[in-house]
Amino acid sequence: MTTGNGRTPLLEARRLRKHFPLRGGLLQRTYAWVRAVDDVSFDVYPAETLGIVGESGCGKSTLARLILRLIESDAGTLRFGGEDVRSASAPRMKRLRRDMQLVFQDPYASLNPRLTIEDAVAFSLLVHGTPRGEARERARALLSRVGLDPRLYGRRYAHELSGGQRQRVNIARALVLDPKLLVLDEPVSALDKSIQAQVLNLLQDLKAERALTYVFISHDLNVIEYVSGRVLVMYLGQVVETGTADALAESPKHPYTQALFAAAPSMDPDLRMDRPPITGDPPNPINPPSGCRFRTRCAFAMPRCADGPPALLPVGPTHDVACYLYQ
Amino acid sequence: MPLMHIEAVGGVGEDRGSLPPTVNMSYWRTVAWRLGRDPATLVAGTVLLLIALSAVLAPWLAPYDPNSGSIRLRLAPVGTSAHVLGTDEQGRDMLSRLLWGGRMTLVAGLTPVLVAFVLGTVLGVFAGYIGGLTNTIVMRTMDIFYAFPAVLLAIAISGALGPGLPNTLISLSIVFVPRVVRVAESATVQVKGLEYIAAARASGAGVRQIMRHHLLANVLGPILVFASTQVSLSIILAAGLSFLGLGVTPPAAEWGLMLNTLRQSIYVNALVPALPGLAIFVTSMAFNLASDGLRDAMEIRA
Repeated sequence: MTTGNGRTPLLEARRLRKHFPLRGGLLQRTYAWVRAVDDVSFDVYPAETLGIVGESGCGKSTLARLILRLIESDAGTLRFGGEDVRSASAPRMKRLRRDMQLVFQDPYASLNPRLTIEDAVAFSLLVHGTPRGEARERARALLSRVGLDPRLYGRRYAHELSGGQRQRVNIARALVLDPKLLVLDEPVSALDKSIQAQVLNLLQDLKAERALTYVFISHDLNVIEYVSGRVLVMYLGQVVETGTADALAESPKHPYTQALFAAAPSMDPDLRMDRPPITGDPPNPINPPSGCRFRTRCAFAMPRCADGPPALLPVGPTHDVACYLYQ
Repeated sequence: MPLMHIEAVGGVGEDRGSLPPTVNMSYWRTVAWRLGRDPATLVAGTVLLLIALSAVLAPWLAPYDPNSGSIRLRLAPVGTSAHVLGTDEQGRDMLSRLLWGGRMTLVAGLTPVLVAFVLGTVLGVFAGYIGGLTNTIVMRTMDIFYAFPAVLLAIAISGALGPGLPNTLISLSIVFVPRVVRVAESATVQVKGLEYIAAARASGAGVRQIMRHHLLANVLGPILVFASTQVSLSIILAAGLSFLGLGVTPPAAEWGLMLNTLRQSIYVNALVPALPGLAIFVTSMAFNLASDGLRDAMEIRA
């Protein structure tokens, strides 16, 4: 595991697992399991940004929901500020929720069409017993901080806003409870490039202002490199490589990480390739390949890769990789 | 009316004419505003209002006692002096009977749908939100009722319970509850999966708060629209039950029953027996048009 220079982590995940049952037939019998998140471990240290990157369907969003306990994990431990999240009682969980919030990917489905954006942001405060007037006041202040004039937008409904504006509302809603940790699940993927930059800069400013800790999930390596201190690369529900953003960009070790970096679009024509570095879709997470899950698409696959899953082992001071090429 | 998109910046779009006067109106005020601008809905609404008023005011509007007739004045044609709409096969004033009959028909049409709206919404939202085994039990039970055609089910239940208005209401409610449950359940399941519900859960909101502020506000609209389309069907089913002798019992005036008793007189005087049928047609048509208008007005981009 990557160390955090002796600091205590804010969020600690150990061998977190979520398998979704697939049911069918008259009796709704389980006939298969989708192994969405399989024994994922990581730490998030205060005030850092941990980027999580991977293809669609690699379990990133499931992981986000596991962290916030929006879905229950099957196994593993999850500690937030030293407290066990998975076994927290309902009142404890409600307290914990003030400290960890989620920003969603879809700016359209994530706002209630029947609430004004002021009320949408104030709702979380009302849940935690803030009087209505004060809640609305704080919601308006925060809206203005994320760049939406509350006098102009406060009484509007979500459908009257653009995608970028909605995502600002989402961010305001997540911040209104003054959380310590913000899990951002593809927060800019649905936005235009120019709007992406604005929202990313807003997120960076807010992080500095409020001493926030981010878990930033994206499939876009450029975005991940821009925001993250450390990066976790996921493939089919497992962590294949983790390290600082710089270390990963300079010398990606895992063939999958190398392929991801090679596949990222570049502005430099000399760096463009004629052929994609990896082809095909990720294998079905219902029945993942034995051993190393990447071996079916890996250019360096060896007989050994089919034997058993490689362990995540250090290749540098803050750089771990799960690949037999380095063991 | 097409879906409208309101520019967030400024609000001085060119298509200002199709926008509500103030952009920041609440949802239901916008719906009301759009309803008021739809000519078909306005006409249907006016017709419904007149029918409702005439039903409520029947005791004062009706020129004669609807249940007493004169043997000498049987089947007087429309336009007879003193009997504007003629008389029926027992010499009772048709206008008075139609006015009084409207009361019965409206009660029989609206009550089952109202009962089904309340019960069906509670059951459907409950089943949809809880999911799992509860959902399976509730929904499969409702499916049993779906196995029978609506008319057959209504006749079977009414036949078992016996004639009379209360039994008609009960049997029609049983017909409509499963339909509303289905719509409520599917709307709930759809909304439950949206991210704003997850966001509310992430903020620590309990089931009751989520239901009240996030779920109900978004599912009641579609359920209401669906229920409103069922009113005309309920009116026709209620009239049908009366026609078959399973609904309102004679000598009470009810449009379906009037249609039944006047049936044999159609060769003597074609127009008078057609009047209750016309009343049923106009009323159910007006309900249909009004519910179409409601559906269009509520189709505001989320």
